[in-house]
Amino acid sequence: MIDGERPLRILDQILEQYNVVQHGVSMYFGSAERAGREHLRRLKELVKRTKTPWLTDHLCWGSVDGRYTHDLLPMPYTFEAAKITAQKVCEVRDFLEVPIAVENVSSYAEFHVSEMTEWEFLNEVVERADCGILLDVNNIYVSSKNHGFDPFTYVNSVPAERVAQIHIAGHSKFNKYILDTHDHPVIDPVWKLYARAIERVGHTATLLEWDDSIASFDEVHDEALKANRFLASASLAAAV
Amino acid sequence: MKLLSLQRRMARAVMTPLTRSERMRSVAPDGRSMRTVASQIIKSNDRLTSFERLEIYNRQYWFRVLSAFAEDFPGLRAVLGGRSFDAVAKAYLMDCPSQSFTLRNLGSRLVGWLQKHPAWAGSRQNLAVDMARLEWADIEAFDGKREPPLKPEDLAGVNPVKLRLWLQPYISLLALRYPLDDLLLEVRKDPGELDVASNTFSERHKRKRVTQVARLKPSPIFLVVHRLDEHVYFRRIDGEEFAILSALRAGKTLNAAIESALRRTSIAAKDRAVHVEKWFHTWSALDWFCRQERHSKNEKAALR
Repeated sequence: MIDGERPLRILDQILEQYNVVQHGVSMYFGSAERAGREHLRRLKELVKRTKTPWLTDHLCWGSVDGRYTHDLLPMPYTFEAAKITAQKVCEVRDFLEVPIAVENVSSYAEFHVSEMTEWEFLNEVVERADCGILLDVNNIYVSSKNHGFDPFTYVNSVPAERVAQIHIAGHSKFNKYILDTHDHPVIDPVWKLYARAIERVGHTATLLEWDDSIASFDEVHDEALKANRFLASASLAAAV
Repeated sequence: MKLLSLQRRMARAVMTPLTRSERMRSVAPDGRSMRTVASQIIKSNDRLTSFERLEIYNRQYWFRVLSAFAEDFPGLRAVLGGRSFDAVAKAYLMDCPSQSFTLRNLGSRLVGWLQKHPAWAGSRQNLAVDMARLEWADIEAFDGKREPPLKPEDLAGVNPVKLRLWLQPYISLLALRYPLDDLLLEVRKDPGELDVASNTFSERHKRKRVTQVARLKPSPIFLVVHRLDEHVYFRRIDGEEFAILSALRAGKTLNAAIESALRRTSIAAKDRAVHVEKWFHTWSALDWFCRQERHSKNEKAALR
């Protein structure tokens, strides 16, 4: 997304050795205003460079009237918001010419205007936009604790055939709420949720997010490899 | 409530500055109670009020933008001191919230803002503006756009009288009132004030830096902030060099740039050609010139 050579050279080195799937934090599919043309143009250049098979970003908003909060702000779960969000997903997909998957975010607030649950909203958006889902099971857990719903109901309600990727992560627990901080190992209840997700969607590309207070490579790597236990059983089940 | 209206109301609240104790203010900028604002859009639950839930986002916003700003301008912090820097950062970000998808551009309007609001830096206004210019130039040099470098064959057949040379977009030319390049490099060597394990060491460095800033006297320098092999460099240049490069950047022809730059030089007439040749040799070796891509075919033909 930037012009300079050093970040792009490092990206090119990575691309020589790995397939890269792009994940963004600034598309703001849920912002009421249209996606910026310049932003999309730059993103398309990057998409061409990485040859990403699909692109993921969050089901949230973060900018209004040209001002950016640089946060993943929660959506009001209304039909109007679902329609606007789905339209933008389609607009971005058509412009970039790659499939899109939207990621559920952690949230700390709920709006009076909401007309449905978060998972109903997610389903409404992905059905309207005919797009994929990046299912973040830690985000589901965090939001379930903050808003008092059953996280398994969420996982069980997601259309399994649309889940393209899964995220897992650690979080921080405070007195009255949980914050999605990506700075701890994954806790057992989140692994249980992950196990259920894998049971439903099968073997799916999974990413451990650990981007603050980063532990040693070995510790982070070991944590990521724990997902293999569940993925292996999914592969076995599929083979039977 | 429509989506746009809700997002405007929430964004206004989220971007409202925090109190001194880093909590959400009780009164919104328009004079309304923040509790009322929060309760009109956000539900409470059995543990948190609407106000407390909104406050999580309000605090996250300010912590994020302030830490990004501090990361980009450690030199300005060294010049102003921690307390004044924090006040400047908050005031600037209130007046100039991010208008970009990337936090990289957060400080893009800082120089202009400091010039318009001299009271914030007080007696260190000139120092602060110079440092902000240098640090922004550093950001631009790190990942600014690089055009294809100019090759000798690009100049074949060009009429020398009409010849224009273009500088790489990532290069900044700075006329500074203070020799801040050394100070900024020193600041960056600092292991970090936040390093608890080396508090004594850090304190000693901090004291040294404060002394350096206090002793810094105005002494104009001309600086090119550029990059080579993916690293950013500060290169001091002569006034004549600065004048030629600035004239070229302004779009003057090569002849006009050299002529105007050397009009008031103290370099003896017999030595000027040698100097000019040496300068251009260095600048070319550093790849400072690029092909001008923006010319239409007709404009290119006119240059011949």
